[in-house]
Amino acid sequence: MYQTIKIIIDGKECIAKKGQYIVEAAKENNIYIPTLCNIEGVKPKGACRICTVKVNGRLMTACTTPVAEGMSIESESAELTDLRRSIIELLFVEGNHFCPACEKSGECILQALAYRYSVMAPRFPFMFPIRELDASNPKIIKDHNRCVLCKRCIRVIKDDEGKNIFAFKKRGHKVEIIVDPESADKFTDELAEKAMEICPVGAILVKGKGFKKPIGQRKYDLMPIGSDIEKVSKSKKAVL
Amino acid sequence: MNKAIVATTSLAGCFGCHMSILDIDERILELIEVVEFNKSPIDDIKKFTKKCDIGLIEGGCCNSENVHVLKDFRENCKILIALGECAIMGGLPAMRNGIPIKECLEEAYIGGPTVQQNHQKIVPNDPELPILLDKVYPCHEVVKIDYYLPGCPPRADLIWKALIALVKGEEMDLPYEVIKFD
Ligand code: SF4
Ligand code: SF4
Repeated sequence: MYQTIKIIIDGKECIAKKGQYIVEAAKENNIYIPTLCNIEGVKPKGACRICTVKVNGRLMTACTTPVAEGMSIESESAELTDLRRSIIELLFVEGNHFCPACEKSGECILQALAYRYSVMAPRFPFMFPIRELDASNPKIIKDHNRCVLCKRCIRVIKDDEGKNIFAFKKRGHKVEIIVDPESADKFTDELAEKAMEICPVGAILVKGKGFKKPIGQRKYDLMPIGSDIEKVSKSKKAVL
Repeated sequence: MNKAIVATTSLAGCFGCHMSILDIDERILELIEVVEFNKSPIDDIKKFTKKCDIGLIEGGCCNSENVHVLKDFRENCKILIALGECAIMGGLPAMRNGIPIKECLEEAYIGGPTVQQNHQKIVPNDPELPILLDKVYPCHEVVKIDYYLPGCPPRADLIWKALIALVKGEEMDLPYEVIKFD
């Protein structure tokens, strides 16, 4: 039996399981805290910082911080919304995100977060970095222009011996995620599909596929990301 | 009620956003009850004949003429709206941003697979032609932009709702499903 504790999220008293991460506890209480790099059931990384909340007045990542008795958590404040918006905007300007030409558009978490937080144009100048598109693997395309370095692919996609297939290349702001050349032939069709699925953006694509679902039927076309957790059925409106 | 005066232009765009304005269908009859168009491809007025209330900008800035027109709009319009992805972030034309200009021009006019007859290997260089910029710039990196209506093209319902709200001085209350980046 797990121990239950009481915490407060945005003024609402919530019951949480001891040891649970804040995002999970919030989810069970129908409160959506946005995440991008986090995947349920996989050890959290705290890479993207989009889930930043204030715990007893201090900024913490909700995906890596376990709940504790009496915690008071703030998530939907004007300050945190602006902070989250600025992270989304930074991710847009530091890569090359041409949504109209992207296979992931409509199903992309970065884009969905931008919709949810009404990011109309970034406050930062676009960097238009020069990045490659790597189509050398027979099964997948790696588009470095859209990678947000969430490391989901490294953490989740393993070969049948449990070894990583994706790896880091280069360092600092030049870092790239590549398919480890030694494991390139381990890519099965299923693994390729899974890699595309696990990538929150359009940085991993299965070759010869794309734009399958028509506009209007894609995951985030009608309802904002997080609606399932909040159990809302009516879409929110954006006020500019 | 005085009609609001609207101007529109297409810079480095494909005219898709203008097509989307026309996509408001029969509401265009309602629109002309509340707005009057000035400089715009819609009525083919080439130069501003008076100050305007709203300027709709399609496309980003890829050459010197785009910058000139955009600055002219800023001077003549009280409110400037970046309409569509190209105006907001450069859009597909900005895909050239990582490629040196020389390479782009050579691909387009000399070595590209669709180039058939250019034996003298001429890249158009008439002084009348606007100069290409080093890269394609989003409008808000050139002048101040007041509103952004994303989409490729922006949904007709988005354009309609935003325009009517501005003209009537109401809050822009835009449904989730009309704000899309594609
Ligand atoms: S990865 Fe997402 S944000 Fe980037 S271009 Fe594709 S849809 Fe847009
Ligand atoms: S390729 Fe995709 S999953 Fe891997 S780090 Fe980049 S964005 Fe994350």
